[in-house]
Amino acid sequence: MHMADALVSSAVGGAMWAASAGLAGYSAWKLKGEAAESRAPLMGVLGAFVFAAQMVNFSIPMTGSSGHLGGGLILAVLLGPHAAFIVMFSILAVQALFFADGGLLALGCNAFNLGFWPCFVAYPLVFRGIAGREPGRGRLAAGSMAAGIVSLQLGAFGVVAQTAASGISDLPFGMFLLLMQPIHLAIGVVEGAVTAALFSFVAKARPEILAHGAEPGAGALRLVLAAFAVAAVVTGGVLSWFASSLPDGLEWSMFKASGKEEPDVPAKGIRSSLAGIQEKTAVLPDYGFRPGAEGPGSMDAGTEAGGPPGGDSAAWPAISAGTTLSGLVGGLAVLVLAGLAGFCIRFIKRRP
Amino acid sequence: MSRIDVLARDMESLDLLASRDTPVRRLDPRAKAAVTAMFLGTVVSFGKYEIAEMTPLFLYPAAILALGQVPARVLFRYLLFASPFALLAGMFNPVLDRETAISLGALDVPGGWISFASIMLRFMLTVSAVLLLLACTGYVQVCAALGRLGAPRIVITQFLLLHRYMFILSDEAARMTRAHMLRSRDGRGPGIRVWASLAGHLLLHAHDRGSRTHSAMLARGFDGSLPSLRAFRWSWADTCFLAGCGGFFVLARFGNLAERLGDLMGFAV
Repeated sequence: MHMADALVSSAVGGAMWAASAGLAGYSAWKLKGEAAESRAPLMGVLGAFVFAAQMVNFSIPMTGSSGHLGGGLILAVLLGPHAAFIVMFSILAVQALFFADGGLLALGCNAFNLGFWPCFVAYPLVFRGIAGREPGRGRLAAGSMAAGIVSLQLGAFGVVAQTAASGISDLPFGMFLLLMQPIHLAIGVVEGAVTAALFSFVAKARPEILAHGAEPGAGALRLVLAAFAVAAVVTGGVLSWFASSLPDGLEWSMFKASGKEEPDVPAKGIRSSLAGIQEKTAVLPDYGFRPGAEGPGSMDAGTEAGGPPGGDSAAWPAISAGTTLSGLVGGLAVLVLAGLAGFCIRFIKRRP
Repeated sequence: MSRIDVLARDMESLDLLASRDTPVRRLDPRAKAAVTAMFLGTVVSFGKYEIAEMTPLFLYPAAILALGQVPARVLFRYLLFASPFALLAGMFNPVLDRETAISLGALDVPGGWISFASIMLRFMLTVSAVLLLLACTGYVQVCAALGRLGAPRIVITQFLLLHRYMFILSDEAARMTRAHMLRSRDGRGPGIRVWASLAGHLLLHAHDRGSRTHSAMLARGFDGSLPSLRAFRWSWADTCFLAGCGGFFVLARFGNLAERLGDLMGFAV
């Protein structure tokens, strides 16, 4: 359930990067000067453990499929939420860098979905709430299961919300949500079960390791509230970008009033706000509404002003068969040129 | 060879590639990190239907591939490795968005296919840029550059130590998986109980190793930061690289290069 670069718009990617980098910076600040900072080797090794443990797939009973560990909750229990978030961030970054899992721009989204929810919400509020300070095996298992389900549900919701807000994929919000939440309920149960099994093993073998995790104080709750405030600002930022489609709609209806349109079009406009943006991008070409199709500058100005969906709607009308054909041919030519340039440079470099 | 072995070998081969002396390697890692970030930003700033407009950006990975002397098969292998992910991400677009977006003579192309192509192009560009940064700079140098650009010390130390121990613990995990596979009847992965025992032992080993390493590092004066051996030196070449790439990205983003080239070639209507 990693977000991919190809699915993230610049606005969503940038906002989530800001949120995740802010959280990493806050965590680093919280750990600064503490003994925790010199516990870096333990953080590094436990990060590598989660990385390695993710490579050992287990078979899921009765399904014939296999799964792997997420790891956020285990790290939060062993290291405390702040150090755990930094470790999750580093694991996701390495996965993005070496395996193209997600990608660098989507790293902000992924760190938020897979790091923030388990470390700062599921661990302090759910796991600690159920397991308490000195949990027995039953409470440990119940806490891990509940925290696993909560963090996976929130993470899956994050993926759906970010995908929908980016608008690159055409998946409708409702359908995608109905697809993702039940699947991640099952994945959450499995994650909870393996985490509980691992804790149960460690509690039997070396109980003192589990007691090392930093206790979340009142600060953790404050952080959660602050993070929700950040999330609200982010959501507001993203939503305002949907709202920015409103003036476009006005402009559109004014344009319609000038009497150039087909009558059936307005009926198509009644959809959800998300679908409406795509609808608009598809409808406008019918109007031959070409704000500066001849001048690429004005097209780009529209792209800049409106953000991605506005950009689409501004850029879209400029497309006609002619410009598209020349664009496609030009694009192919550029690709060939890029390849040739590469070969030439390599050829010249090989010569003594 | 198991999946883990293949992954570990790939990562080592990338580090080996980055250790060779090439013109791109000689550039300051900070410049390369900044240019990669600008490139990614430019790629994702294109609208979902702008595919021809995006193509000039392929010049950047092509040039870095050649100047950095990265074997093209390494890049293709990575693209292939990560492609199911992008295909999964984009496969719904052609199904969901069927409205005709462009007509090329008798051929009507639905918007879904265009946005699908856009997703694949974005995927190729972003994955290539990140892989080339790693293959021409090296993970350790990228981390050091991020540290010099202001990332918190503990985050950078974590990145470096994770990289250091990832291979060691992955090897250990691979040995455990192999041992289990050789002793199991059906060759499937372990069940949850056995997995917990395997992962639990791995965790205990990791924890002990971390504690030992910690004591050893403290005894040698570890103060929370890992010193970098290579001094960073910003030269004119770095400024030119940064300005040149930045200029090209702006031109590619706003200059509509593909269409102009198409016009030049006589395809204007």
